[in-house]
Amino acid sequence: MAVEVSKEKYRSQVREVVLGATKEEGGTRSHTVKVGGETALPFLHFEGEMPNRPVVAMEVWDIVPEEWPASLKSYFEDVYDDAGAWAKKCVEQYGADLIAIRFKSADPDIKDASAEDCIATLKKVLGSVGVPLIVYGCGKSDKDNSIIGPIAEAAEGENLLLGVAEQDNYKSVTSAAMAHKHSIIAQSPIDINIAKQLNILISEMSTPLLDRIIIDPTVAALGYGLEYSYSIMERARFGSLQGDRMLAMPTIANVGHEVWSKKEASISADDEPGWGDQAERSMAWEATTAMALIQGGMDILVMRNPRAVELIKKSIDDLMQDNS
Amino acid sequence: MIIIGERINGMFRDIAQAIRERDPRAVIEWAKRQEAMGAGYLDLNVGPAVADRVSAMRWLVEVTQEASKLPLCLDSTDFDAIEAGLEVCKNPAMINSVPAIAEKMDRIFTMASKYNAEVIGLAMNEEGIPKDAESRVALAMELVANCDAYGVPIDSLYIDPLALPCNVGQAHGPEVFETLRQIKLLSDPPPKTVVGLSNISQGTKNRELINRNFAVMGMACGLDAAIADACDEELVAAVATARILLNMDIYCDSYVDVFKSQNQ
Repeated sequence: MAVEVSKEKYRSQVREVVLGATKEEGGTRSHTVKVGGETALPFLHFEGEMPNRPVVAMEVWDIVPEEWPASLKSYFEDVYDDAGAWAKKCVEQYGADLIAIRFKSADPDIKDASAEDCIATLKKVLGSVGVPLIVYGCGKSDKDNSIIGPIAEAAEGENLLLGVAEQDNYKSVTSAAMAHKHSIIAQSPIDINIAKQLNILISEMSTPLLDRIIIDPTVAALGYGLEYSYSIMERARFGSLQGDRMLAMPTIANVGHEVWSKKEASISADDEPGWGDQAERSMAWEATTAMALIQGGMDILVMRNPRAVELIKKSIDDLMQDNS
Repeated sequence: MIIIGERINGMFRDIAQAIRERDPRAVIEWAKRQEAMGAGYLDLNVGPAVADRVSAMRWLVEVTQEASKLPLCLDSTDFDAIEAGLEVCKNPAMINSVPAIAEKMDRIFTMASKYNAEVIGLAMNEEGIPKDAESRVALAMELVANCDAYGVPIDSLYIDPLALPCNVGQAHGPEVFETLRQIKLLSDPPPKTVVGLSNISQGTKNRELINRNFAVMGMACGLDAAIADACDEELVAAVATARILLNMDIYCDSYVDVFKSQNQ
């Protein structure tokens, strides 16, 4: 006798967000990337639709990432002086679906680069790759607030994904996204209530932006509370499938940033002989963290190690096979 | 708890006049106001004074569905009027209501099946409203069995355990809450539950306070819907809050506003 698989039925779905814009749409991207649109839990193709596969963005910095361990740095050694070439290598050689550019040079304690410097870098990257771009500032909000407007203006129509809006600091980036037709990352500190409230605050400034928000729920690396991030994502996804429109946005995770700042990724085998080869271990750490997150419904992974990216893209291929 | 906005009812003078003169303005205004306040359905009742209920209901449906996209709840003891309304509804509607009396259930569930409508079933029969929970639940079971027999999905059935005004039938209160709990055990999936909220406070001096408390207590027992005053802000806020406390919605600081906007 055949066993009947019991299926869950949901009444709502995750919003679909388009990143990037082609020439016809007012930008210069060779193609756009769609994320979200799920009508069921991740990869349960027999219960609903998962119209868009999770995508991988690779990080490009506008300075040499001195803090990265040598085993990671070595992949990009030939392109550190040129963000455009770095981006091109990520797309053409390592298969990045998106490029996430981080304007580290703008940090007042590093180079204090101006908005004009950042715009020049951005133009270079826009010229060298055709994929849609994610833009992060230096992480210091006062400086980021001052450069995000000019950057958004200089790339008007490109539909960049602008980072990041936070509960206490969302107006500059929201205004920039509104005025110059970009999408926006809404970041909350592993707190579902703030994630929801922030989306409401952004939508109060601009209702149409509701369809251009990507939630960054903030994730933790494997071993650092990944389970907690996972449970938040799960709860948000259940909420959105059951009709909570204010949480029904696709999600993004800064996987590389979280993993590579942990000692498990960076300590050498000489210092911790029991932990095994650092290059292999760190790659596995990033890939495992990313793998858990896509199982939880993550739509965009921002990653660093090309081998981890390769593994994850292969896993996504497998998971996207029809199982209905 | 879904609020079925009660205001488009011929018992109110402005609506009675609108129906009499076929002047849609008051109906449109109340449809929009109730929707903006968080109503999930709009109850339509032509009232007792209308001569031709059939044409009045048809007119009310046509006018209301132009003004609001909310589903409609066709409220009449005249089943011909309900059928006339269903015929012109663009979207599936709710029928309000049918008691557990065989020939009435036959007519209504046949109609519900034909028009893909939801049904409010009353836990009463020829003998009137029962005194205790046990008898109410027995009648609820009759409604469930008939609903199923006519091929209407059980979760399209809303059972009203019938609460009396609290100053008249105080002893009914605990029986109604117990009925709400037990109805959820009748089938899988269980039927839904509904009450006429304003009934409970009729003839009292603290109507809104009583309605609001009953709504919240009912929700804790499994109450899914209430025919109520959607423009009572405190009621809407209390319902939104109960949804948070029962973990039905995810909390955020603006949860009351989110609740109000969810049907728009």
